Amino acid sequence: MFDSPGKLALGLLSGILFGFLLQKGRVTKYDVIVKQFLLRDFTVLKIMLTAIVVGGVGIAAFHSAGWVHLHIKPALLGGTILGGLIFGAGMALLGYCPGTAVGAAAEGGRHACPGILGMLAGTAVYAEFHGFFSRTLLKAVDLGKATLPSLTGIGAGWWLAGLAAASCGIFILLERRERSGSRPPEQAPSIRVPTPAGSSRQGGDP
Amino acid sequence: MKWLTMKSWSPYVIGAGIGLLTWFTLLTVDTPLGVSTTFVRAVGSLEKSVAPDHVAQNPYLSKHGPKLDWQALLVLGVFLGAFLSAWWSGDRSKEKVPALWERRFGPGVARRYVAAFVGGFLILFGARLADGCTSGHGISGSLQLALSSWTFFIALFAAGVATAFALFRKERGNV
Repeated sequence: MFDSPGKLALGLLSGILFGFLLQKGRVTKYDVIVKQFLLRDFTVLKIMLTAIVVGGVGIAAFHSAGWVHLHIKPALLGGTILGGLIFGAGMALLGYCPGTAVGAAAEGGRHACPGILGMLAGTAVYAEFHGFFSRTLLKAVDLGKATLPSLTGIGAGWWLAGLAAASCGIFILLERRERSGSRPPEQAPSIRVPTPAGSSRQGGDP
Repeated sequence: MKWLTMKSWSPYVIGAGIGLLTWFTLLTVDTPLGVSTTFVRAVGSLEKSVAPDHVAQNPYLSKHGPKLDWQALLVLGVFLGAFLSAWWSGDRSKEKVPALWERRFGPGVARRYVAAFVGGFLILFGARLADGCTSGHGISGSLQLALSSWTFFIALFAAGVATAFALFRKERGNV
């Protein structure tokens, strides 16, 4: 029923760091997430790509040194694709993902709470249908624990180097565009949006 | 300690920090960063208190049994960490209806809460169908170059962009 106290303490510590970073990264804010999907603010993509490159390089190195195991989720692509599509639609509607909704609730965002209740309801309903899905959609395409290196025969190092180069290119283009003035960097909430008088319900800034 | 009270850090610093955190969780407890399995354990615990037989007969809920585990504490930690960050920087909010939503759909709180509930429902239904969320697939899986995770990441973004453009098409260009 319980992990060891040491493991629980490590979970708590990791979570505090994660939540702190998510809030400082402003991805606990509805506007930042939804404007990513509207392609007006690329904070989410910048954070995720940087995390993937930094995390990926380290973990590939640790793995080749034999220090860590990889944890690859099986490629049951029917479920992954339909699940990803449903997830994306829900994320655009709520403006948070599971982790950032918890962070948004901690920040004080009231509407994150019905979002989290909806998440519990979605989980409960899914649990009733898991048997059905595992007999049908999840069986449709099963490529096992496939990875991009295992599929292509190109080593993880090359994939990560390519990903790092592509990310840097994307970041340079984004920064250049944001600096050019046509799309101001959406960093300072108080000056970001010309809001009609009285319509902002966000607390915080004077 | 001025950096602790800043309202935001560079997204590249945040991303690098999360990347280092994925090293830390794999090295310390051999577990990738993830959030959404905790929702299954929470639902299992809630249902167990009202209908224990139902939970026992449901293989999915029994497989992810009610358990106080590393990830549950991680989720609690996310709450505490985000609270501390917002509190120290004076970035606490009482947002009920986000400004962007209000300009498109009006100030109604009930409408926003229903939309948030439906959004949350879809998110976890999708996450369980895909076996992961933005953390477990989007970050942890993608950085291990898993095919499943990159497929999820691309599907998520495609549907997110399509949904956001459909929701806010009348707003386009003036937000």
